[in-house]
Amino acid sequence: MSDYKIIVENVSAGYNSNIVLRNINLKIPQRKITAIMGPSGSGKSTFLRILNRLHELTPGAWVKGRVILDGIDIYDRKVNPTLIRKKIGMVFQKPNPFPMMSIYDNVAIGLKLNGIKDKKTLDEIVRRSLEIVGLWDEVKGDLHRPGTMLSGGQQQRLCIARALAVNPEVILMDEPTSSLDPISSMTIESLVKKLAEDRTIVIVTHNVQQAIRLADYVAFFYLGELIEHGPAVEVFTNPKHELTLKFVKGAIG
Amino acid sequence: MQLNKVLKKKILIDKAFTIILICAMIIYLVPIISIIYETVSRGLPALNLDFFTKPIPTAGEEGGGIANAIQGTVISIALASLIGIPVGILSGIFLSEYRELKITSFIRFINEVFHGIPSIIIGLFSFVLISKRIGFSVLAASFSLALIMIPIVTIVTQESLKMVPATIREAAFSLGIPKWKTTIFIVLRGAWQGIVTGILLSIGRIIGESAPILVTMGFYRWWFSGLDRPVSNMALNIFIFAMSPFQNWVRLAWGTALVLLVLVLLLNIIPRLMMLRREVRYE
Repeated sequence: MSDYKIIVENVSAGYNSNIVLRNINLKIPQRKITAIMGPSGSGKSTFLRILNRLHELTPGAWVKGRVILDGIDIYDRKVNPTLIRKKIGMVFQKPNPFPMMSIYDNVAIGLKLNGIKDKKTLDEIVRRSLEIVGLWDEVKGDLHRPGTMLSGGQQQRLCIARALAVNPEVILMDEPTSSLDPISSMTIESLVKKLAEDRTIVIVTHNVQQAIRLADYVAFFYLGELIEHGPAVEVFTNPKHELTLKFVKGAIG
Repeated sequence: MQLNKVLKKKILIDKAFTIILICAMIIYLVPIISIIYETVSRGLPALNLDFFTKPIPTAGEEGGGIANAIQGTVISIALASLIGIPVGILSGIFLSEYRELKITSFIRFINEVFHGIPSIIIGLFSFVLISKRIGFSVLAASFSLALIMIPIVTIVTQESLKMVPATIREAAFSLGIPKWKTTIFIVLRGAWQGIVTGILLSIGRIIGESAPILVTMGFYRWWFSGLDRPVSNMALNIFIFAMSPFQNWVRLAWGTALVLLVLVLLLNIIPRLMMLRREVRYE
């Protein structure tokens, strides 16, 4: 097996006549945390949404190039995006538990709607998923209560548990801590570290400190272009590009 | 000095405008309050146990009630809902979740036009389509009521679905859940309160309809005896009773009017209370 989980080749993307990303080439290493950083408007969220084919759902959106996941081009016409998305989970900027749904169902729904009905299996996976995100002890007595009743940080961990339940090999995170308080952010960050032990993580952040804390591998985007990428140590200690240096120092962004 | 003058003028205009608004408010409120007052004061004496449990008396007869009109109205609305609710909800889903299709905006426009068609025309349509074939019947009446319901349920369903944030759908997609399952099991669930609101409002609307009832089924004062036969209807009865020379029927008309007024008020207040709760949810 290759050391790379996802290989992005010559990808350009945008909406109608707007170009958001220009000719991106990036290899995302297996079971590592890859941080996508850059100032707002650099196209990093669009890049993330290309990896699980969410981008194309926006009216007017287009993508060119190839995204290869485990040797398969996910933009191949024969590929069903729903099957791709089963392998790639996503966590969003704002916690978004499903409305009118219990904590239990929020975690179990992905399995239920994918055909798993056995109550024991479901209970087991719900419990394990909530344990991984450190929510089990906090909510085990309230599993039937609505997911929206939890605090912001708890909701975000619930959303991560929801993604984990269907056992994805890759987890995409779009600024998962940007709407949370510092303590909840720290909890999420240590969770991300833990998840990377047996999963590939791609995390978008505009927070350089967060990227320094988390990333094994870094890609820096600026105005739709991939300016620099490489192992985190190299990019942060010895950036090759002036823009990267400025961003890391906090001069832009 | 100059500034002061300008300011005074502005204050004056502001006051004048406030007075105009208050006047408009009074012109609006007086009829509403007098309708409610009149209906309550004349309707209340008509209400007793017999009113709800006894059938409609023959012309000139004393006593009796509107029990068969209540039965008939419930049957008409139930039948109308049986067609109107599923069709309305499915259309609303289509208009909200399949926005990318070109035909959607055209259908949305048609739906809004349909919403504004006078109910008598819908009644006549149903008369030609059904009553002329199988006779004046509850089926024809319910069909016309369903046609009045559909655009309301459609619009409210569509609006409620739109209020469910896009990231909810995206989160479902990224669990590998196909679109149709996402729509039915996740998005619809989040919009449910709004949809129930729409259903209640549409029932509030058709419960008071009399024109389409008149042309599809006519006045009838007996119990339900088959889908191809008419039933009695509260709203239409008010018209027939009130126009009659019989004291007792006029009394029943006032009683029926009060009952309908209370029902319509409830059907409008309950959804509003539900809306209040919903706003808290999406903050």
